[in-house]
Amino acid sequence: MSDTKKHINVYQQIITSGRIVIASMTICCLLYGLALLSFGRLVMQDSADGSLILNDHKETIGSELIAQGFTRPEYFWPRPSAVAYNASASAGSNFSPTNPALRHRAEAIITKMEAKAGNPIPADLVSASGSGLDPHITLAAARYQAARVAAARGLSDALVMGLLEKSAKSPGGPLTPDPVVNVLLINMALDRLKK
Amino acid sequence: MKYNTNDHIQAKLDRRRSRRASLFKKDLVRIAARQSVIMLKPWVMARNPVMFITEIGAVMTTLVLVLDLLKHRYGLIYTLAVTVVLWATVLFANFAEALAEARGKAQADTLKRTRRKAMARKVINGLEEQVSSDELHEGEIVLVKAGEIIPSDGEVIEGAATVDESAITGESAPVVREAGGDRSGVTGGTRVLSDRISIRITARAGQSFLDRMIALVEGAVRQKTPNELALTVTLAGLTLAFLLVTGALWPIGRFFGVDLPIPTLIALLVCLIPTTIGALLAAIGLAGMDRALSANVLAKSGKAVELAGDIDTLLLDKTGTITLGDRQATEYFPLTGVTRAQLAESAMWASFGDQTPEGKSIIKLGEETLGSSAPLETPGAKVVPFTAHSRLSGLDLPDGRSFRKGAPDAIYAYIQGQAASVTPALQALVDGVGRHGGTPIVVAEGKNVLGVVALSDVLKPGIRDRFERLRAMGLRVVMVTGDNRLTAAAIAGQAGVDDYIAEAKPEDKLEYIRREQREGRLIAMMGDGTNDAPALAQADIGVAMNSGTQAAKEAGNMVDLDSDPTKLIEVIEIGKQLLMTRGALTTFSIANDVAKYFAIIPAMFMLAIPQLAALNVMGLTTPQSAILSALIFNAIIIPLLIPVAIKGVKYRPMGADSILRRNLLIYGLGGVIAPFAGIKLIDMALGLTRLF
Amino acid sequence: MSTLLILLILGAAALLSWPAAKWMTWAMSPPQKGTGFRYSTESVFLRIGGQTAARDQNWKEYTLSLLLFNSFMFIVVFVILSLQQILPLNPDSKGVLEPSLIFHTAASFTSNTNLQHYSGEVSLSYFSQIFGLMWLQFVSAATGIASLAALARGLSGKTNMGNFFSDLMRATFLVLLPMAVLASILLILGGVPMTLLGAATAKTLEGSLQIIARGPVAAFVAIKQLGTNGGGFFSANSAHPFENPSFFTNIIECVCIILIPMAGVWMFGRITGRMRHAVIIFSVMAVLLAGKVALAVYFESAPTAAFAELPVQATGNIEGKELRFGAVAGATWGVLTTATSNGSVNSMHDSFNPLTGLILLAGMWLNITFGGVGVGLINMFLYIIVGVFICGMMVGRTPEYLGRKVETHEMKLALLTLLVHPLFILGGTAVFALTPWGASTVNNPGPHGFTEILYEFSSAAANNGSGFEGLRDNTTPWNVATGIIMLLARFIPIILPLAIAGSLAGRKPAPVTTGTLRTDTFLFGMVILGSVIFIGALLFLPVAVLGPVAEYLAK
Repeated sequence: MSDTKKHINVYQQIITSGRIVIASMTICCLLYGLALLSFGRLVMQDSADGSLILNDHKETIGSELIAQGFTRPEYFWPRPSAVAYNASASAGSNFSPTNPALRHRAEAIITKMEAKAGNPIPADLVSASGSGLDPHITLAAARYQAARVAAARGLSDALVMGLLEKSAKSPGGPLTPDPVVNVLLINMALDRLKK
Repeated sequence: MKYNTNDHIQAKLDRRRSRRASLFKKDLVRIAARQSVIMLKPWVMARNPVMFITEIGAVMTTLVLVLDLLKHRYGLIYTLAVTVVLWATVLFANFAEALAEARGKAQADTLKRTRRKAMARKVINGLEEQVSSDELHEGEIVLVKAGEIIPSDGEVIEGAATVDESAITGESAPVVREAGGDRSGVTGGTRVLSDRISIRITARAGQSFLDRMIALVEGAVRQKTPNELALTVTLAGLTLAFLLVTGALWPIGRFFGVDLPIPTLIALLVCLIPTTIGALLAAIGLAGMDRALSANVLAKSGKAVELAGDIDTLLLDKTGTITLGDRQATEYFPLTGVTRAQLAESAMWASFGDQTPEGKSIIKLGEETLGSSAPLETPGAKVVPFTAHSRLSGLDLPDGRSFRKGAPDAIYAYIQGQAASVTPALQALVDGVGRHGGTPIVVAEGKNVLGVVALSDVLKPGIRDRFERLRAMGLRVVMVTGDNRLTAAAIAGQAGVDDYIAEAKPEDKLEYIRREQREGRLIAMMGDGTNDAPALAQADIGVAMNSGTQAAKEAGNMVDLDSDPTKLIEVIEIGKQLLMTRGALTTFSIANDVAKYFAIIPAMFMLAIPQLAALNVMGLTTPQSAILSALIFNAIIIPLLIPVAIKGVKYRPMGADSILRRNLLIYGLGGVIAPFAGIKLIDMALGLTRLF
Repeated sequence: MSTLLILLILGAAALLSWPAAKWMTWAMSPPQKGTGFRYSTESVFLRIGGQTAARDQNWKEYTLSLLLFNSFMFIVVFVILSLQQILPLNPDSKGVLEPSLIFHTAASFTSNTNLQHYSGEVSLSYFSQIFGLMWLQFVSAATGIASLAALARGLSGKTNMGNFFSDLMRATFLVLLPMAVLASILLILGGVPMTLLGAATAKTLEGSLQIIARGPVAAFVAIKQLGTNGGGFFSANSAHPFENPSFFTNIIECVCIILIPMAGVWMFGRITGRMRHAVIIFSVMAVLLAGKVALAVYFESAPTAAFAELPVQATGNIEGKELRFGAVAGATWGVLTTATSNGSVNSMHDSFNPLTGLILLAGMWLNITFGGVGVGLINMFLYIIVGVFICGMMVGRTPEYLGRKVETHEMKLALLTLLVHPLFILGGTAVFALTPWGASTVNNPGPHGFTEILYEFSSAAANNGSGFEGLRDNTTPWNVATGIIMLLARFIPIILPLAIAGSLAGRKPAPVTTGTLRTDTFLFGMVILGSVIFIGALLFLPVAVLGPVAEYLAK
C-alpha cells in the first residue's frame, strides 16, 4: 500500500460513516422494528397493544397492567400515585426516607383509612410505586380494605374475602411469598357481582 | 587475586561495615539538618510535586496565621500548631534527602582522598619531564616506579608491576598489573610497590572514571531514573486527585452552611497526598547508589542500579566465579601393570618444567601422595617447557629417561612419533575422565604410557546454594567456559547452573546475549578483557572489573573495584531492593489514608452535622486535636521511616509472589492499621497539653 | 427465597456470559475461513464500509475513526430531535424540544449514558424514540465493544488494533442485533407492548378519563438493557408496567443488564489469550458485585425511616418500588444498573434508604464491577495498570503488565484518565452545591438534597444514566453541564487507554519468570481489589460521608 493511501483519508471516512449510519438505521431501526411489530401482532396481539381491557360496549376502560385511580368506598383502592394515575406521565414520588413530605402523605392516608397502632396499615397502601402506575396491591392491603368494600356494597365480608383469595396471585411463584391483587381486575369482578 | 579463604571474605565484610556510616551519625545529621533548610527554596522543591504542594500549604497557613494574629481571631493556637507541623513535614522530607546525600558524600570523600595531587614523570619522545598530575592529558605516557603514586587512570603499555590498590578497594594484598593482558588497567591514586611500568593516560585529571562516579554519588549530576520518574508522575497524579477531593470540600461545606477553615483543609490535603513516599523518594534512590558503592561497585548511573533488579539472565565465567581459580590435579588413573606411585612419580618428573598452575598442582598432588619418596628436581636435567603450541611438558634426565605429560592429542602424537600406538585401554581412561568433568593429562615415560592424571575444577564453597537463591528470584545462571562441551556439562551439573556456553569465544558470549535479548530477557555479565568489551556493551548490565582493561571499563555500565566476579549477584539484589523499597513505601503511604480520613472527616463537619460523631471510631478528644493528631502522625512517620528508605526494605531471595505477599502484609495491612494506633496515641498526648 | 432470586439472576447471567463471549469473540474476530456465514457477513460489511473499513488501523487511526463516527451519531440525532415535530411517526403530536434539552439528550445517548432530562411518553415522538434514541443505543454500545476489542488486541501485542468501522458493524449486527431480537421476543411474550398506535384513551370504572401512553416498547427495552444504555421508553423506565410487566420480564431484563459486561471479560481473555487472567478479573468484579448486592438488599430490607412510629406494618422500604417484582428486586436491580453503567431503573433510587443509595453511588464511582459494555473492562484496565505499577515495584522489578514494562508514559495517561472521574464528579458537585444551579433544584432537604446533586454528576461521569429523579434537572445549567461531562467522560477513558495499549504494544515483551509478578493468581486479584478500593473509593469518601452517611446517621 502506498504512503498516500495509508494516510488517513478523512473524506473517505466521512463517506464510510454516512453509509454505516444509513445501513445501521435501516437494519437496527426499520427492519428490527418491523420484524418485532409483526411478531407482536401475530403472536401476542392483545398485550402488544397494551393489554387493554374493553367493556361490553367495546369501550376501553383501562389496561390490565396500568393502575387507575379509585376513590369511592365500594372499590378497592390502589397504592398512592405521585402522578395521580396519569398513564401518560409516569413517575415516582422521589421522596427520600428523611423527607417530611413522605411522612405527611402517609399520615393523611392513615387518617383516611383509620389505621391504629393495634391495626397497622400495610406499607404498600402508604408507599407510592416507582411508576405511579403499579396495578397491584398486596393481598394484605386488599384484606385491609375488604370490610369497607363489603359494607359499601352490602355484601358479606366472607364473599369479598373469598373473591380476594381467588384472584390473589404470587407474581414469582415460590420466589415471592407475598401474593398480590390486581386492583382494576378485582374491582371489575366486584362490579360483575353486582349485576 | 585469591578467594579461597573465608578469613578474607570476613575481612572484606568488616571493612565494608566500617565504611558504612551509622545511620544517624552526628556530623552527618548536622550537615543534613542545615541542608534541609536550604532546600526549602521553591525552585528546589518544585522537583518533587508532592512536597512542593505541602510547602505551598505551609506558606498558606502561615499567611492565615499572620492574618489571625493581626485580627486577634479565636483559635490561634490551632492555626499555629498546624503551621508548625506543616513546616516540619517539609523539613523532614528535605532532611531525609539531605541525609542520604550526606552519606553519599561521606563515602565519596573516602574515595576522594585518593585524588591527592601527585607529581608525574611524563615521557615525551623518550625524554622524561616532571609535571603535576592535573596537567596530564589523555594519550600521554608516564613512567611510574616502585613507591610512586599512579597519577591518573591509564593502561599499562610496558612492563609489569605489583600495585597496592587498597586506597580504592580496601584490599591490602597487592595486585599485579601488566602490559598486554586483561590486567592492564590502573587507577589513579594507587601506588606501585615494585618494578616500573609505562602507562598511557586514559583520562584527564578530574575526568577519570572515579571522578565521574564520585560526582554521581554526591548527587551533583543526579537524574531521575525511569522508574523514579514514573513513580513521580503517579504521585503527582494522586496528589492532583486529592487536591480535587479537598478543593471540592469548601464549596460543599457551604451547602451545609459550614465555612471550613483554610488550615483544616490544608491539613486534610497534606494528610491525604502521599507525603510519606514523596518525602523519601529521593533518599531511596540516593541510598541505592550508596549501597552499591558500599559494595565497592561504581555505577555509571542510577538507572543501571535500578535496571539490575530486572535482570533475567546472568552470564558468569566459570573460572574464579563458579570454581576456585584454576583446575587442580585430583586423581591418578594408572594403566594396568603400572602402580599409582609409579604414575605419580613420573607425573612429577614430567611437570618440573611446567610453571602453569596445572603443572604446579601435579607437583603438589605428587608430594602429597608420595611423601618423602617424592622425586626432587635434579640439576642437569633438560626441561621441555610447556607451551601453548606443544601443549605438553617434560623432562629428559641425564640418565636417559625421558618423561612427558600433556593433553591426550599431544602425547598421542609424541608416542606415535616413536612408533608406539594408542591402546584402547588408554583411550577409555581418557574418555572416562573427560566424561566426569575432569581434564585428562596423559603421562608417558619414553614411549610407554603410564596412565592419566585427572585435573578437576573445585567448586567454590556455597556456590550451589547461591545459585539456588538466584533461581528462587527467577534468574537464570549461564556458565561461560573455554572447556569442551563434556567437561562444561559436568561442571554445570555440579554447580547447578541452568545453561552453559562451552568452548566459549568472545563472539559466543555476544551472540548468546543477543539471542537472550531477542527473547526479551535482560542480561548481566561481568568481564575484564578487551575482548569482553563488545559483550559488556551489549549486555544490559555489564560490570567491568577494576583490574580489567580500560576498554572493558568504558564498555560496561558498572565497575567493580574488588574485581570480584560474584559481585553481580549483589548488584542485582541492590537493584531489586531499591524498587521494593519504593513500592513498599508507596503502598504504606496510600494505605495510611484510611485512618486519616476517619480522624479528619468527622472532625471537619462535626459542628454542622453533629451525627457524624458516630464516625469518630478512634474516640479522639476534640475535632482540633483529631486533625492535629493525623497531621502530626503524617509528619513524624517520615523521619521514622528514614531507616527503611536508606537501608531498604528487608530483602529475601524468594519468588515474586512470596515477596509481594510479605510486603503487602507488612506495608499494606500495616499501613492501614499503624496510623489508627499512632493517631490515637498522639491524640492522647495532645490531650495532656489541654491546649486543643 | 430472596437469596434464591438473586442467585438465579447472577448465576444465569454468569452462565450465559460464557457462550455469549464465545459468540462475541467469533463475531469480533476476522473470519477464519474464506467461506461460510461469518465470511459472507464480513463481505457485506466490506460492501457497506468500502475500503476504509478494510484497512488495519493503529491506535491513533482507530481513535480518530471512532471519534468521527461518534460525532456523526451526535449530529444525526441532534437533527432528528430538533425536527421531530415535522418528522413522521408522531401519532400523539409531540412538539418542539428546548435546545439545551436536545443537546443534553443527544450527548446522553451518544455517550451511552442515557441520562434523561425529558420524559419519553411526554416529549418524544415514536420516530425520535426509534430512529434517534434506539439507533444510538445500538451504535453507542457497539462503540464500547469495539473499543474493548481494540484494547485487547493492543494488549496482546498488536500495534494494529483492527479497524473501527468493521468492528462497529460486527458489534452492531453480529453481537447486539441478534441478542436484542432474542430479548425482544421474550419481552413481547412476557406482555411488553409493541405497537405504533398512539396513546389509548380509557374511561375508568369511576368514570374519569385515562390517557394510556404506549408504543414500540419491547424493541426499545431490549437494546436498552443489553447495551448498558438504560434510557427508558417511559419516564419511569423499567418501573413502568409496560416496560416491565411481570416478575419474569424483570428477571430477563436484569440478566440482560449484566450479560454483555460479564461476557466482555471473557472476550478480553479470549482475544489476549490469557483466560486465567480473565478469570481473576472476573472474580474480582464478581466478588465486588455480590458484596454490593448483599449490602444493598440488606440495607433496603429495613423499613423506611419516614414511617417510624406510625401505625404501618413493618416491611422493607417499598416507596418507589413495584410489587410485582418481589421484595429484593429493587435493590438488586439498583446495584446491577449502577455497577454496569446501565442506568435503567425498576424502582426510584431517590427513595432508597440512605445506605442503599451509597452502594449505588459506589457502583458508579468505581464503575468497574463489570461496568459499561466494553468500557467497564477498560476502566478496570486503568486500575490494573496502577496496581501493577505500585505492587510490581514491590517484587523488585520494573513493573510490567502482560509482559510489557509500564513506564512514565503509561502512568501519565493512566493517572490522567483516572483523574477524569473525580474531576467531573467532585468538581461538578462542588459548583452546583455552591450555586443556585444545583442548590435550588433539589427535591429533598438536608444531606439527601446534596446526594441528589452528587448522584446526578456521578451518573453523568460514569455514563450511567440513572438518577435521583426528584432533582429538577431539566434546566439549562444541568443540561449543559452534564451534557459536556457525559461526552468527555465517555471519550477520554476510551482514547487514553487505547493510547496506553498502543504504547505497550510497541514494547518488547519480557518472558515470565518466577521473579515476575503473575497476573493470574489469587494474590493478583487482591492487588486489583486493593487498587480499586484504595484509589477508586478513597477519593469519594468525604462526599459519601456528607451525603448518604450523614443522612443515615440523622435518624
